[in-house]
Amino acid sequence: MTAVAAPAPDVPPPARRRGLTPYWLLLPAVLWLAVFFVAPLFYQASTSVQSGSIEKGFEVTWSWSNYTDALGEHGWHFVRSFAYAATATALCLAIAYPLAYLIAFRAGRWRNLLLVAVIAPFFTSFLIRTLAWKTILSDSGPLVSALNSLHFLDVTGALGLTTGDRVLATPLAVVCGLTYNFLPFMILPLYTSLERINPALLEAARDLYATPATTFRKVTFPLSLPGVVAGTLLTFIPASGDYINAQLLGSPGEQMVGNAIQKQFLNVQDYPTAAAMSFVLMAAILIIVTVYLRKAGTEEVV
Amino acid sequence: MAESTPPAGVTLRGVGKTFGDVTAVHPLDLTVPQGSFFALLGASGCGKTTTLRMIAGLERPTTGRVLLGERDVTALPPHKRPVNTVFQSYALFPHLDVSENVAFGLRRRGLKSVTKQVTEVLELVELGHLARRRPSQLSGGQQQRVALARAIVNRPEVLLLDEPLGALDLKLRRQMQLELKRIQTEVGITFVHVTHDQEEAMTMADTIAVMNAGRVEQLGAPAELYENPRSAFVANFLGQSNLIEAGISGTDGDDILLSVGDAKLTLPKSRTHAASTATGGTVLAGIRPEKITMTPRAAEADIPGGRNRLTGTVVDASFTGVSTQYVVKSPACPELAVFAQNAERERLAPGADVVLHWDPAHTFGLDGREDIDAGTGEDAV
Repeated sequence: MTAVAAPAPDVPPPARRRGLTPYWLLLPAVLWLAVFFVAPLFYQASTSVQSGSIEKGFEVTWSWSNYTDALGEHGWHFVRSFAYAATATALCLAIAYPLAYLIAFRAGRWRNLLLVAVIAPFFTSFLIRTLAWKTILSDSGPLVSALNSLHFLDVTGALGLTTGDRVLATPLAVVCGLTYNFLPFMILPLYTSLERINPALLEAARDLYATPATTFRKVTFPLSLPGVVAGTLLTFIPASGDYINAQLLGSPGEQMVGNAIQKQFLNVQDYPTAAAMSFVLMAAILIIVTVYLRKAGTEEVV
Repeated sequence: MAESTPPAGVTLRGVGKTFGDVTAVHPLDLTVPQGSFFALLGASGCGKTTTLRMIAGLERPTTGRVLLGERDVTALPPHKRPVNTVFQSYALFPHLDVSENVAFGLRRRGLKSVTKQVTEVLELVELGHLARRRPSQLSGGQQQRVALARAIVNRPEVLLLDEPLGALDLKLRRQMQLELKRIQTEVGITFVHVTHDQEEAMTMADTIAVMNAGRVEQLGAPAELYENPRSAFVANFLGQSNLIEAGISGTDGDDILLSVGDAKLTLPKSRTHAASTATGGTVLAGIRPEKITMTPRAAEADIPGGRNRLTGTVVDASFTGVSTQYVVKSPACPELAVFAQNAERERLAPGADVVLHWDPAHTFGLDGREDIDAGTGEDAV
């Protein structure tokens, strides 16, 4: 009786230690997020329902009017932000898809070089690259002169994207800046999903009487949808909250919600309204993304 | 070929393909009779898949013309050719279910109502109950049948099969071979089947073209290729052969007389495919292992006359159930394979002295300059 039970107690301790290892490995990430994400989130949430002034201090008074103020006074900033971000996302998709397709299917031995070229802009600061666009789009620069003599600016002017002979300090400049800065975030996921497509599928489609255009429409594009969804999210979400491009390339008339929040925090020092605006932005993006994912239906795609 | 041949399904005229400096397919002429089951057999890299892809239009030939029936389709892109392919990897569309995969070709041709045809063809391949599944939810054999259904539903003039059974396990492969043959008979479409499995080719095909290094080595019915190979490659690649280097000592009517050491062999002239059969030259005398009868040396007197004989010693005997495979060492040839049916006879142990004998009519002759080991390297599975 006693002899049989003896070896059993030796077994459990190592098993228990192994069981805890994943949690120890998770700890740095959990701590990091708790201190730098969850805590500030709660702090902002509390700020957004406070009232008072910078001199007298702020108190939690559950003043929901901060939210109505945020929407009432800065509604246009939200609308403009999402409109610019959506336009930039569409442009990114239009530019990135052919490029990603080329890299995935046609580049051959140039593939790696092209991928490095896609990532290369990250070697320079975001700020410097955006400032460079200021020079590129400068009023007397060769690009604007060329666009002007081609009457391109007349077209964009009629669309309300530019004013007069200028590109800088117009919506076009801000959208161009956003498109440029977020392009790699569109190209890379698109490339990844296109590259995973088995070329035999495209041959099979052609073998089954599909023209090259139909093959793209019925096989290539549906199979690249995960990349399209990932790319558009990676572009749209940060672009909606961006304020550098509007700051450097736009005029006060092109200010996005990011600029408004920044101004509210640092210039007006109305912390509660600024916090409320941040929360509205977050909620709006969450809703838009949820609706988009429902429509795009990513689970359907392998 | 004779005038009475049936109309051609596929004709290749001087079709060749080079990739850069590499010649994948030497210009070849090939006629596949309409409604036949035609196999392109060869080891990997012999150009058989490239040939198939040129018929499909997925590869453009460097030289020559491709004809379907009477029509020259060399310049047509794949989607304009009345040809469908069953790909080696099946290449089923992962985002479409089984019935949409099958309907793909019909829809591209603008057919509005495809339900009837899709249902019928899924019944034919016995997959009717899985129409709403995704390819990823199917087993290998089921995917293979979807790929087949997706191709034959279009009633192409020619169906191309690129090693379609390669990914299946042995038992399923045997079953699918019979299934494919049944479906081919049922629908009457010309099948061009690429495979490296000689047994598969012989089981299914009416005609086999054996390809080696971008050339067709021999073309004919399975039995003809097996019984009367024209090259060492065909002799070794299709089944197993004993090839014996022999000197030509003379002729006797329709036979060539050979001498190998002390032994004398007889070889029918009609079964000799050597460039020269002049006395004093050499040929390779071939004999299939199962044609050889093995008699213990002590019973040599019982062997009827007029048979080819070689003496030797059994060095290895492996029992495989139905038969026993012996390896016999002989002065004529270091390793002769002999297959003996395990019917009542007692088996011979290694070390036994034996006489090997066979009907001279089963001997075939190949050119003496051929490589004895051609085609043995990558044996079919």
